[in-house]
Amino acid sequence: MAIEGADIVKAAAFIGAGIAMGLGAIGPGVGEGITAAKACEAIGKNPREAGLLTRTMLVGQAVAESTGIYSLVIALLLLFVV
Amino acid sequence: MLGFDIQIWIKTAAFVGAGIAMGLGAIGAAIGIGYTAACANIATSRNTKISGTLFKSMLVGQAITESTAIFSLVIAVLLIYLDIPKPTLLKAAALLGAGICMGFGAFGSGVGSGMPAGKACLGIERQPAMTGRLMTTMLIGSAVCQTPAIFAMVISLMLIFIDFGNSPLFPTWAALIGAGLSTGLAAIGSGYGGGLAAGASCEGVARQPQSVGTVITAMLVGQAVAQTASIFGLLISFILMFKTYPESTTLSASMALLSAGISMGFGGIGPGIGNGLAAEGAVKWVARNLEHSGDLIRTMLVGQAVSQSTAIYAMVVSLVLIFVV
Repeated sequence: MAIEGADIVKAAAFIGAGIAMGLGAIGPGVGEGITAAKACEAIGKNPREAGLLTRTMLVGQAVAESTGIYSLVIALLLLFVV
Repeated sequence: MLGFDIQIWIKTAAFVGAGIAMGLGAIGAAIGIGYTAACANIATSRNTKISGTLFKSMLVGQAITESTAIFSLVIAVLLIYLDIPKPTLLKAAALLGAGICMGFGAFGSGVGSGMPAGKACLGIERQPAMTGRLMTTMLIGSAVCQTPAIFAMVISLMLIFIDFGNSPLFPTWAALIGAGLSTGLAAIGSGYGGGLAAGASCEGVARQPQSVGTVITAMLVGQAVAQTASIFGLLISFILMFKTYPESTTLSASMALLSAGISMGFGGIGPGIGNGLAAEGAVKWVARNLEHSGDLIRTMLVGQAVSQSTAIYAMVVSLVLIFVV
């Protein structure tokens, strides 16, 4: 196996991208699931406000999603820019 | 170092793989079985008159939960005793990947299957007349919950038995270990998430016996969406195993393929659990508020779709790592 300095850096960037996106996806996935579960609970208790509750759920999830998007950005930066 | 006799490498990889498969694979089933036993004890203490029924239900539930550990045992025994017809270094990597895949893959389904079994015991104590329906609900829910572990076993068996003979060692070795990581890790979330939905449906059926049809429908829809994360993992594993790679001895070519497995594997855990939580919430409230089941299932699906997005990001990064860089 011929290993050079630039090759090690590139390999590290690839592994870093995988770790960033893989671990970074856990939090938003679980968090948005909790939001959806609680939204279902709220709609079950107060079905007339279903529209308002769904909207609130989506806004909350969009904010929770941001860390997943940060992970994606970092992963793509590692893959294509660095 | 690579100059040792090839049998040494095959045996080393197979034995380490067998240890990982059985060691990690035992965790989930044991937790799930323990949870079932705990619920059965609580239920028995509340209503000692039906202790026989509860004992029987507990054993049925535990037997299903046990199956993930048995999958691991099968893979571990195969790894220990199987004679590899054409031993190569690539096969050694495949055997290690098979062990990793089954070890991680059994975890989520083991914990998950315990939940419907436990909730069914508590439900039988609450509504002894509903024993039959609760057992049916539990069996359906647990069966769906097992599928991620079965995906992991399929990938493990493929890694053990497929002949990768003509592929170049570098970088295919990393693709095979990545294939194990991708399905194995992604199965954790889907297995656990499917269990959450199944547990909520057993609880709901016990609370509102007339809601059984709608509750099972909501559970199956929720579990199906929760399964997608492990199906993404399976897809990436298939691509990693069956794509042909040009020979490249650079470190980066190997690491890109390994990293594709890491990204999809870990990336599938969160959305799988999240989709399961959403399904749990929806199923629980479908049972309590049957006339609004449509609204609840719709909200669940919208919420799950958003939760799913991070698994899709992870899949995109994996596909870029395999095909682009």
